[in-house]
Amino acid sequence: MALSFRRRKSLSPRVVFPNRILPYLLVAPQLAITAVFFYWPASQALYQSALREDPFGLSSKFVWFDNFVRVLSDPNYVNSVQVTAVFSLATALVAMAVALLLAVMADKVIRGRGIYRTLMIWPYAVAPAIAGMLWLFLFNPSIGTLAYGLRWLGIAWNPLLDGGDAMVLVVAAAAWKQISYNFLFFVAGLQAIPKTLIEAAAIDGAGETKRFWTIIFPLLAPTTFFLLVINTTYAFFDTFGIIHAVTGGGPGKATETLVYKVYNDGFVNLILGDSAAQSVILMAIVIALTAFQFRFVERKVHYG
Amino acid sequence: MATVDLRDVRKVYPGGVEAVKGVSIAIPDKALCVLVGPSGCGKSTLLRMIAGLETISAGSVSIDGRVVNAIGPAERDIAMVFQNYALYPHMKVYDNMAYGLRNRGKAKDEIDRRVRETAEILELGHLLERRPRELSGGQRQRVAMGRAIVRNPKVFLFDEPLSNLDAKLRGQMRVEIKNLQRSLGVTSVYVTHDQLEAMTLADVLVVMNAGQVEQLGNPLDIYEKPASTFVASFIGAPPMNLLKLTRGSNEFAFANGAHVAVAAPAGAAILGFRPEDAEAVPGDQAPQAGLALPAVVEAVEPVGSESFLYCSAAGSRIIVRVPGRATATPGDKLRIGAKSEKLHWFDEAGKRVG
Ligand SMILES: Nc1ncnc2c1ncn2[C@@H]1O[C@H](COP(=O)(O)OP(=O)(O)O)[C@@H](O)[C@H]1O
Ligand SMILES: [Mg+2]
Repeated sequence: MALSFRRRKSLSPRVVFPNRILPYLLVAPQLAITAVFFYWPASQALYQSALREDPFGLSSKFVWFDNFVRVLSDPNYVNSVQVTAVFSLATALVAMAVALLLAVMADKVIRGRGIYRTLMIWPYAVAPAIAGMLWLFLFNPSIGTLAYGLRWLGIAWNPLLDGGDAMVLVVAAAAWKQISYNFLFFVAGLQAIPKTLIEAAAIDGAGETKRFWTIIFPLLAPTTFFLLVINTTYAFFDTFGIIHAVTGGGPGKATETLVYKVYNDGFVNLILGDSAAQSVILMAIVIALTAFQFRFVERKVHYG
Repeated sequence: MATVDLRDVRKVYPGGVEAVKGVSIAIPDKALCVLVGPSGCGKSTLLRMIAGLETISAGSVSIDGRVVNAIGPAERDIAMVFQNYALYPHMKVYDNMAYGLRNRGKAKDEIDRRVRETAEILELGHLLERRPRELSGGQRQRVAMGRAIVRNPKVFLFDEPLSNLDAKLRGQMRVEIKNLQRSLGVTSVYVTHDQLEAMTLADVLVVMNAGQVEQLGNPLDIYEKPASTFVASFIGAPPMNLLKLTRGSNEFAFANGAHVAVAAPAGAAILGFRPEDAEAVPGDQAPQAGLALPAVVEAVEPVGSESFLYCSAAGSRIIVRVPGRATATPGDKLRIGAKSEKLHWFDEAGKRVG
């Protein structure tokens, strides 16, 4: 440590604290917060996942990996993994594709640009549960205005009975809420692309569509990659409120994502050991997913 | 291969700024036309209208005899080199150069041949697999040139292509651009605010000011006979000395009252002479030339091959070029002379007379 500090000093006029304790004191608050709000709960979950409570919750015993074995061999859990994969992929794709389309269109707006953008950002300020209720009402088979419209178009629509419809509805609600956020980043990303590049491409004989796919889209890659990470994480973790409000995981278990199942098993059914094991698996999945994204997707991204 | 004709071209931006106010220029085939003028005078706007990147508010632009006002940039068969080069950062040098050919549906082996030929001309062969960010400023500039040349267009357009380079490289590239343009024989329009670049490159020089053409012609003709005080002070470095005169009975008086007898044409109100046409002699001698202005040296600027004396005379700043090392020092009294055939005369409005 001391050696690397000294080497740095010789390369650049960096400020160096000769004090050995002060640096640790300075990072202590950050470390404390991380420890209290992340490492401690994480270790608790890890510990819980190896315990089995008796039916009355009076005693618990250490069962090693039994909970994991049970969870992973449960067909409901496998179903939940599939639901989560479909839901997350669809939500991230829809939220990003729609946001990109809107951002590209907003980039062309000259008059009333500011107003247009401000209006686009509002959905982000809506609380998840309220967003869920909004979509629930709009698409409620008996009272929903838009559900009425769908039926009028001859589409059999009933998210309360049909699992596919329910999935479409939660994906729409979850994506809708994330579109504003993605929109902001895409707008900023588009503005960062020098106009002369687009002009050079136009002179080079590329039409509008071609310019988008060969110049704009590749140059947006850093933004797209960043949003991909954010959106998958969002779809995994932050959509609980929407699912809870819209479908409650149903019908059947058609929209029960991993996070929703953790809640259901732990807080509703009070199977704490299983729930903890699921949390640990969830944590592992997210870590793996993020690592994968950084390792393989980011490699294809060119930062200017 | 192509002529470029501008007829009374105007540009009013949506905000109401009138950037180009009626410009007519006829550029002959294979000529290099340089648009020069101070920043904001509308050079880029004019160039971008030729390129098809800006709409034309009034007038017409013709390339090779065809009016192109309503034709998009891709169909005008032009190539442009931008000030910031505008290289596609995510593409290798090869793909940057091949992009325009691919968009035009050229065969793969033809693209390959043309890219490699062009790279050969510009000595870019060893850089084809690099991305723009792995290149130096000068190399990027060459790639931008290559991207224009490889398409073999009717017209080259350059918007201050050298202004991001250091002085030495700028000098080299200037010569190279001139040679390339000559050997390829492609009609070109070149925008710059640098009068040295303008003088050395131009076959046709267009001096612009506030959206209008101040003077148009052969660069040396413009240097020798500037049409206005604006052109006189813009072309040539250091700029031409300009002195306001008030008309006396039969002679001219400088603004501060000093009288010097010089034959002036009718209507003249401003006298001009270039630093390189001026002559300085010690205060107690008379210069051979007609003009003999008493002056005091304020500063001396030695350049090596020559020196510039910054003097004050008749209430104005006058610059005199003397060869080699200057003997004068600040505070010295001088007389400044200039041959009468080297004097320029302008009227009250700054237009040339005589
Ligand atoms: N897109 C634009 N919208 C409005 N005004 C512009 C635009 N581009 C340039 N102008 C104005 O037009 C004038 C000429 O600009 P420009 O052609 O870029 O000058 P130059 O290239 O000679 O420096 C300037 O006053 C500038 O502010
Ligand atoms: Mg310009």
